[in-house]
Amino acid sequence: MNNMSQSSSANGPQPILRTEKLRVEFRSREIGQGVKVALQGLDLAVYPGEVFGFLGPNGAGKTTTMNVLLGFANATGGAAYLFGTDVRQPIARQRIGYLPEMTYYYKFLTAEELLRFYARIFKIPMAERERRIDVVLKLVELDHARKRPIRTYSKGMQQRAGLAQALINNPDLLILDEPTSGLDPIGRMKVREIIQRLKNEGKTVFFSSHEMGEVETVCDRVAILHQGELKAAGTVASLLTGNETNLEQAFLRIIDFNLNSSSICTSSSLLLAS
Amino acid sequence: MHIILAVAGVVILEMIRRKDVYVLLFLTALITLLLGSVNLFGDPNIARYLKEVCLTLIWISSVVIAIATAARQIPAEKESRTIFPLLAKPVTRAQVMLGKFFGCWTACVLSLALFYAFFCLVSGTKEHYWPITNYFQAFWLHAVFCAVVVAMTLMGSVLLAAPSSTITIVGVVVLGILLLGRHLNKVAAKTGGLAGDLLSAIYFAIPHLEWYDVRDLIIHNWPAINWTVIATDTLYGAAFAGLFLVAAWARFRRMALN
Repeated sequence: MNNMSQSSSANGPQPILRTEKLRVEFRSREIGQGVKVALQGLDLAVYPGEVFGFLGPNGAGKTTTMNVLLGFANATGGAAYLFGTDVRQPIARQRIGYLPEMTYYYKFLTAEELLRFYARIFKIPMAERERRIDVVLKLVELDHARKRPIRTYSKGMQQRAGLAQALINNPDLLILDEPTSGLDPIGRMKVREIIQRLKNEGKTVFFSSHEMGEVETVCDRVAILHQGELKAAGTVASLLTGNETNLEQAFLRIIDFNLNSSSICTSSSLLLAS
Repeated sequence: MHIILAVAGVVILEMIRRKDVYVLLFLTALITLLLGSVNLFGDPNIARYLKEVCLTLIWISSVVIAIATAARQIPAEKESRTIFPLLAKPVTRAQVMLGKFFGCWTACVLSLALFYAFFCLVSGTKEHYWPITNYFQAFWLHAVFCAVVVAMTLMGSVLLAAPSSTITIVGVVVLGILLLGRHLNKVAAKTGGLAGDLLSAIYFAIPHLEWYDVRDLIIHNWPAINWTVIATDTLYGAAFAGLFLVAAWARFRRMALN
């Protein structure tokens, strides 16, 4: 494991997000398959003000980690903490904002009503609630569509409405699950700009992504997960070795992906040969 | 409490924005109005029959609203995956369940209030008699009935696979209790033996929803029920609703969301 996730000294700031030997096992639904290990002793630490990229191929365990952090799934072993509180306590989620991969919101509500609903959950006083709704809608550039039902929004607008709900409580930590997935280049750029702005405001962002360029641009540190195991963590520069020039090359090396022996390459070669 | 109220608020908003409830409200109001305006054969007792038909309609509508609204709440949250952003907030599954219950129940009570107010207006105008206490008691017991049905449906919705099966099974159970509940002990006494014991056990285990059906109070203009009986019935209903909600929460707590 390369440059493990500790970037601060023992006397430095305490991690906002921490996992200790986190292990998650699932009982497979297929007969004879037994137990499948989704996470194997994951140790992570994310510090205040960081933008932390969480990378890995599909099925690596990224979403499982997020599910445990958000209390959707229980860990089989180890522990996870948000702001020093065990993630199984609902209060641990008081200071976080979460954006799921796909937009899952009540489509019969308008953006304003959706934000009002989530603000009520956080017990934000009415005057502050309305002010906060104005602020986040302006931030995600949805102020003009605030009275329209969410079902009439484009995918990019829905994703931004999702970001708005994640920000309604002015969270200290944002957990974003592939925030730019399925968006067009303009939508991606807007989401990236928002993440950048949040970073400038000193927010901590923990996000998973398959977009290496995006991760390189906005992340202070990254962690690479493969088959439920943490393979590497550190700054982008610290992960590059030899003549590697970008994160994608480092990523493929770290997950031990052999480009020449991949089935896609083999099929392409066969196609070319024919 | 603010979380429960916020979740309940969304359930009520959803119901307000759905067309099916308006259709049901409109149809019931229309039939009540039509029946209230006719004067068949100059029979002075005809008002009683008309009241019976209208109240039966209100009962059917309330059962449909209670079961259909509650049955889809949790499955729809799972299916549309809105449960994820909700549970990512400092919200427990118990609060979600209670919010859904209060939302569905409030929606039912609001519909009932509309039905009863309209029916009282039509019937009172026709009879020139306004037994407000009777109407209130019938309305309140009907509301408690809805609370038990909503809680039972929520429990069904986390135990059964699809909302359609929940609607069918809870519908059959509610209808069965309403029609047969009061006769079970008599049948048990006549049957005897093990089958009789089993029927007796069922009689004492089921929520006696038929106790909440006091349509005759309005139809025949009987004297109002003793308030102690109303209070006891309310407690009995609350106990069953609580029991169903605890069972629903116990299942929902361990339910995989993916």
